[in-house]
Amino acid sequence: MSNLLTMTDVACWRGGRLLFEGLNAKLAPGNGLWVQGPNGTGKSSLLRVAAGLLRPLAGTVSRSDCALADEALALDRELPLSRALGLWAALDGSARVSAALQALGLAALADVPVRLLSTGQAQRARLARVLAAGAPLWLLDEPLNGLDDASVAAVAATIADHRAAGGGVLVASHLPIPGGAWRTLELAT
Amino acid sequence: MIGLLVVREVRRALGASAWLPVAFFLLVAIVVPFAVGPDVRLLARIGGGALWIAALTAALLPIERLVEPDRADGVLDQLALRRIPEEAVALAKIVGHWLTFGPLLLLAALPGAALLGLNGPLLGRTLLTLAVGTPALAALAVAVASLTAGLRSASALGGLLLLPLAVPLLIFGASAAGGEGGAFKLEAATALFVLAGAPFAAGAALRALRT
Repeated sequence: MSNLLTMTDVACWRGGRLLFEGLNAKLAPGNGLWVQGPNGTGKSSLLRVAAGLLRPLAGTVSRSDCALADEALALDRELPLSRALGLWAALDGSARVSAALQALGLAALADVPVRLLSTGQAQRARLARVLAAGAPLWLLDEPLNGLDDASVAAVAATIADHRAAGGGVLVASHLPIPGGAWRTLELAT
Repeated sequence: MIGLLVVREVRRALGASAWLPVAFFLLVAIVVPFAVGPDVRLLARIGGGALWIAALTAALLPIERLVEPDRADGVLDQLALRRIPEEAVALAKIVGHWLTFGPLLLLAALPGAALLGLNGPLLGRTLLTLAVGTPALAALAVAVASLTAGLRSASALGGLLLLPLAVPLLIFGASAAGGEGGAFKLEAATALFVLAGAPFAAGAALRALRT
């Protein structure tokens, strides 16, 4: 089976310094890779390099279709949540918005404008956007930040379901993601 | 796909007070008679040019909200992940911006022209030159907004960039409004050139934003 993500000998240069070099990572279907490291070691940059949004200084990246949840919400603030998600779903040609809202316990908030969502609700909305995209590869930046226990369980279950269905997840997080076995990738200073 | 993005641009513009540039346009048209006096013949002579200056200043106002919010909120990243070309995003922004800028401005040009005493063929010519010129102004605004997104004092810089780029359009547009024979063709050619080039300039700028 081919890999969802292959990073070979990748180096990343940002803000006038070398964040990491010689980095190798592979993600096969069903795999989870947990990127760890202190603040400022390039976890978010690694995700952006994996997504193809940032060009690596050296090395190659190849990936299948991916969905990214970084700190940006990327949902139109003035729209109700379901319509804001619907824009991306329409671009993706997917019809999974209501299922995604259901999976993350957001169904009751479908008609609430995005700007009124709390931190934790916005965090789940971000994952709902990823889930609705239907891409095999998920790139998640600190997906558990600002979540209460019930939401952590919902997010962990969503990620586990995705992996069980043959998806790959690359996650940068300070907190361990419950459920499933994770390979770890340590970024040092 | 582009249609979806155009609809989104129109919706965002309507939600973000699309009437403001038009109010600004009218305000400039109102101020001109105060500055040059109520001489009807003088006003009629400079009226076309005055409306063009008003349109140019009105085009500056929306620059800030055209690209920067999408950059800050990661919308541009999400579009790039979906492999939608930056040029297509820029084109959608130009079309969406013009739809909420051009027609409203042309409507406002009617009372604006009345204030300056423009009527008859002069009014018709001015409206025609504005109709041809506003798409190019919208395209320039999107290109400049893409170039300045994320910079400090982006709006002031945007003005400094847009005004010189719009000068050829202003020269030909205002002289065509004043009745110079060949000027209208030159204005149309300039507008076409700007319209054709802006999506590519803006697309390259949007790509450069990501690094």
